[in-house]
Amino acid sequence: MDRRNFLAVSGIGLSGLMIPGFGNAVAAEVLLTKMDIGRKKVLANIALNAATGAGATYCDVRIGRYLRQFVITRETKVQNVVNTESIGAGIRVIANGTWGFAATSDLSNAGIAKAAKQAVAIAKANSTAQTQPVQLAPVKGVGEVSWATPIKKNAMEVPIKDKADLLLSVNAAATAAGANFVNSMLFLVNEQKYFASTDGSYIDQDVHRIWPTFTVTAIDKASGKFRSRDSLSAPMGMGYEYLEGNRKLILPNGLMGYNDSYNMREDATEAAKQAKAKLKAPSVKPGKYDLVLDPSHLWLTIHESVGHPLELDRVLGYEANFAGTSFATLDKLKEKFQYGSDKVTLFADKVQPNTLGNVAYDDEGVKTKRWDLIKDGTLVNYQAIRDQAHIIGESQSHGCCYADSWSSVQFQRMANVSLAPGKQKQGVADMIKNVEKGIYIIGDGSFSIDQQRYNAQFGGQLFYEIKEGKIAGMIEDVAYQIRTPEFWNACSAVCDESDYRFGGSFFDGKGQPSQSSAVSHGSSTARFDGINVISTARSLG
Amino acid sequence: MSMYTEQEAKAILDKVIALSKADECSATLSGGVNSNIRFALNNVSTSGIVTNADLAVQVAFGNRVGTATINEFDDESLARVVRRAEELARLAPENDEFMPAIAKQTYKATATYNQSIADITPQYRAKVAADSINPCKSDKLIAAGFLADSVGFFASANSNGNFAYQQSTGLDYTCTVRTEDGTGSGWVARNAGSVKDFDANREIRTAISKAKGSANAKALEPGKYTVILEPAASAGLISFMMGGFDARQSDEGRSFLTKKGGGNKMGEQVFDPRVSIHTDPWDTDAPVMPWDGDGLPREKMSIIDKGKVSYLEYSRYWAKQKGKIAKGSPGNLIMAGGTKSTADLVKSTAKGILVTRTWYIRMVDPQTVLLTGLTRDGTFYIENGEIKYPIKNFRFNESPIIMLNNVEELGKPVRIGDDESPFLMMIPPMKIRDFTFTSLSDAV
Repeated sequence: MDRRNFLAVSGIGLSGLMIPGFGNAVAAEVLLTKMDIGRKKVLANIALNAATGAGATYCDVRIGRYLRQFVITRETKVQNVVNTESIGAGIRVIANGTWGFAATSDLSNAGIAKAAKQAVAIAKANSTAQTQPVQLAPVKGVGEVSWATPIKKNAMEVPIKDKADLLLSVNAAATAAGANFVNSMLFLVNEQKYFASTDGSYIDQDVHRIWPTFTVTAIDKASGKFRSRDSLSAPMGMGYEYLEGNRKLILPNGLMGYNDSYNMREDATEAAKQAKAKLKAPSVKPGKYDLVLDPSHLWLTIHESVGHPLELDRVLGYEANFAGTSFATLDKLKEKFQYGSDKVTLFADKVQPNTLGNVAYDDEGVKTKRWDLIKDGTLVNYQAIRDQAHIIGESQSHGCCYADSWSSVQFQRMANVSLAPGKQKQGVADMIKNVEKGIYIIGDGSFSIDQQRYNAQFGGQLFYEIKEGKIAGMIEDVAYQIRTPEFWNACSAVCDESDYRFGGSFFDGKGQPSQSSAVSHGSSTARFDGINVISTARSLG
Repeated sequence: MSMYTEQEAKAILDKVIALSKADECSATLSGGVNSNIRFALNNVSTSGIVTNADLAVQVAFGNRVGTATINEFDDESLARVVRRAEELARLAPENDEFMPAIAKQTYKATATYNQSIADITPQYRAKVAADSINPCKSDKLIAAGFLADSVGFFASANSNGNFAYQQSTGLDYTCTVRTEDGTGSGWVARNAGSVKDFDANREIRTAISKAKGSANAKALEPGKYTVILEPAASAGLISFMMGGFDARQSDEGRSFLTKKGGGNKMGEQVFDPRVSIHTDPWDTDAPVMPWDGDGLPREKMSIIDKGKVSYLEYSRYWAKQKGKIAKGSPGNLIMAGGTKSTADLVKSTAKGILVTRTWYIRMVDPQTVLLTGLTRDGTFYIENGEIKYPIKNFRFNESPIIMLNNVEELGKPVRIGDDESPFLMMIPPMKIRDFTFTSLSDAV
C-alpha cells in the first residue's frame, strides 16, 4: 500500500504546481472527451504489424488515456482543484521467447511503430540471459468488443462547484458537531483503455472509480491531546451516484454501515462526535479478546493477510527485493493447507459490481471471472496470469493482469479478494450477543505486515469494548497482532449476506519501479476468537 | 529530447511567462532519463529506459489558481498550455490561503550532478546485475535486486523575474539475497553520489554474508532490548518523525511538538543532548537541490541542537499568519555521530540485538509518533561484544522520540536514501537501550 506517499502528495502545503505521477493537468472539460475508437484500432494494428514484422511471436498494445480529478478542502477553504490527463501507448512483445516492453506518448503512426520495434529489440537483447522461454496460457481472440463501468452518473460531468460545495458542507457539518479541524477530498478516476493483441482481440473499456474521504480532528488544548476519525467511506467502482443515495445499515450502538451509497455529511457529523469521545475514552487493557470486525475494517486485514500472500509472483520470489515473498508456498497448495477455519471461504474476482477491480477483460485481454482461493478453510488456489498459469498446473489465466499506466508494463496484480458471507442467518447484533469479552472494531487504521505475510498488526478508527454480550463503551489505543494462519483459523462466525459490504484501496503498491492498483474487498462482519490485543498508549513524559 | 541546457530551458520558460495574461505566472520545466534493471531468482526480469520532459504552468487571477502541464514545447503548445491554465484558474474557487509567486531569489549551486552517473550505459547495468547474481549462484543463494539511475534537470521561472536551473543525477541499488532453503535472508542498499562510490562486487558481499549468517535463526522473547540499529534501520523512523515538525500542525494542537495549553515546543529539550540534526544543501556527502518545492532557497540550519528543537517548518501562508519568515524546506537530514562503525558498537555491547533494517513502518499514534514495523534481512543476538547467533525477526512498537531519548552511543554517519523518505540522510549507527519489540515474526 502506498497511501502514505499519496497523502504526502495531496497534503496541506502543496503549492499545486505539480501532482507528480498522475500525468498532465488539464481543463475540466477535457475529462469529458474520448479518443476516437477507429483511430485507436489503426494505431493498434500499426503496432502489431511492426512488432510481428520485427520478429515478435506475440504482441499486445494498450492505448490508454488516464484521467483524474482531485478536489481538496479544509474547513472553509478549497485548497486545490487539479485535473490530470496522461495518454500514450504501451507495447509488450515476445521475441526469442522473452518479454520486451516499450512505451511512448508519441501517438503518430511512426511513433507507435518505432516503440513496437524498440520493444522487440529489448526482448531480443534480454533473451541472451533468458534460461526458460515465456509460456503463455492460450487466449482466444474476442474480436471488437467494448465494456464500461455501469455508472449511473459520470462524476467527471458534475460541475467542480457542486463538488467543492459538497465538501465544504461536509466540513461545516463536522465543525458544527464539534470538530476542531477537518480535511476532505474527492478523488475521481477514469481509465479509458484500448487493448489489442495478435490473438485477435480489440477491447475498448471505460473504467470509472470514485473516492470521497475526510479526516476529522478533535483537540483538547489543556492536555495537548488530539484524536482523529477518518471517513468510513470506501473507494468504489461507481459514479457520482455513490454520494447521492441514502441507503445504509444501522449497526449496534447507533453506528452506520455504508455499502453502495454513502452519506458523507452524516458520517462527518458522527465522526466529529466520535473524535471528541475518543479524547476521553479509556485505554484498552492488553490481553486476549474476541474481535468483532466490521467490513470497513476487515477489508484491510483480508488485503494484507490473504490477498498479498496468494499472489503467485510473490510466492515464486519475483518480488523478494521489494514487497517480499509469501509464507503460502506451493507445497502448501499440494498439502491442502488449513489457512482458516471451516467458516472461511475467500474468493478472488474482477466481476463484482461496484468494485474497484471490476472490468470485463484484464490488461492482457483475458475475460475476467471469480475463483476460490480458500474454500471452507483450505488453500485451493493463487492469483495467476498468462505466463504463470502453467506453474500451478492450470491452462488458463485467472484474468488479474494490470498496469497502472500506458507507460508501465502490465503484471500480476491483486484481484478483489473477498470473504464469502456466512451461510446461516446472523446479523451483527446477534453476533455481539454471544461475545463475553471482546472488542468491536470499525474502520481501518494503522497497518503493518511482514515480508512473508505472517505477522501483522492492525489498528482501526473506532473501538467498543464488549462485555457479556453487550457494548460497554468506547475504548482507545487498540491494536491487534496476528499470525496469519492462526488468525483465520480463529474465525468462528461470519454474518450473513445482508451485512456484506466493501472496503478498498486506490493505492496498492507493488513492483520496481512501483505501480499502484485499486482493489476492493468484500465481507460481512466476522468474529475472531482469542486475538492478542496490545495498548498503543505511550507517554513522552 | 528530455535534457535541456540552461539557455534552452530559460528560452522556453521566458516564452511561457510572456504568453500569460494572468495576474501572475510561474512555470517549471523538468526532465531527464530514468533507467533501471531488475533481477529476481538469479535472472534479469525487466529493464527499462524512460525519457520524459514536462512543463507545468501555474497562473493566478487574484487568489484563483489554475495549473496545466504539457510535454510538447513548440510555440503553439506553449500557447495552449498557458490558455488551459488560465481557463482552469477562472473556474477555480477562491483560495484565501493562496500565496503569490515568490520574489526574485539568489541560489547558490549545489553538487547534485555527477558525470559518471550520467554516463551509465545499459552494459554497466547488465554488469551490476551479473556481479550481483553470479556470486550468489556459485554460493547456492538466490538474488533479487534493482538498480535505478537517473540524470535530469529542473528549471523554474516566474513573472517576478525569478529563475532557477540545475542538473542532478541519482544512483540507487538494493539487493536481497536468500538461501535456497528460505531460512536465511540478507540485504544491502547503496545510494551513491558517484559511480566510484558504488561497487556491486563489494556490496553483494554484505548481502551474502547476512543471508548465510541469518539462516536457522533462534527465537527470543519479545520485550525491551538494547539494540544496535544500522543506519538503514533507524532512518525510516527518523524520517517519519519529521512530519511532526510542521509549525502549523504544532500550533493547531496536532503534533508531538504541541505544547500542553497551546503553542509549540520550539527551543525545548525534547531529545537526548547527544542528538543533533541539521540540514545543509551543500553537504559534500549528501548534496540536494538548493531550493524547495516552492522555490525558496534552502539554507544550512539546525533542526535539533543538542536535543533541543531548533526548527519548525513554516509554510509561506503560516509564516505570514505568525509573523515568521518561511525558509526553504530541508532536502537532507545530517545527523551528528561519532567515529565508530556498526562493528565497533557491537564490540562494546554486553547484551543486545543487531538490526540490519526495519520494514513496513507505519504510524500507530501521531500523538506520540508511535510507529510499528518489523526487522528484516539479518537480526542477530549480541553477547560480550560478539554476534552469537541469528534471531527471528521482531515486530517493534516504538516512538523515535523515545528512541532518541534512550541513546547509549552513536557511530559514524553514512549516506542513506530511503524510497519511502523525501530526505537524503546521513545517519549514524546507534546503540539504543530499551527498544520495544512486541511480537515475533516467522518471516524470513
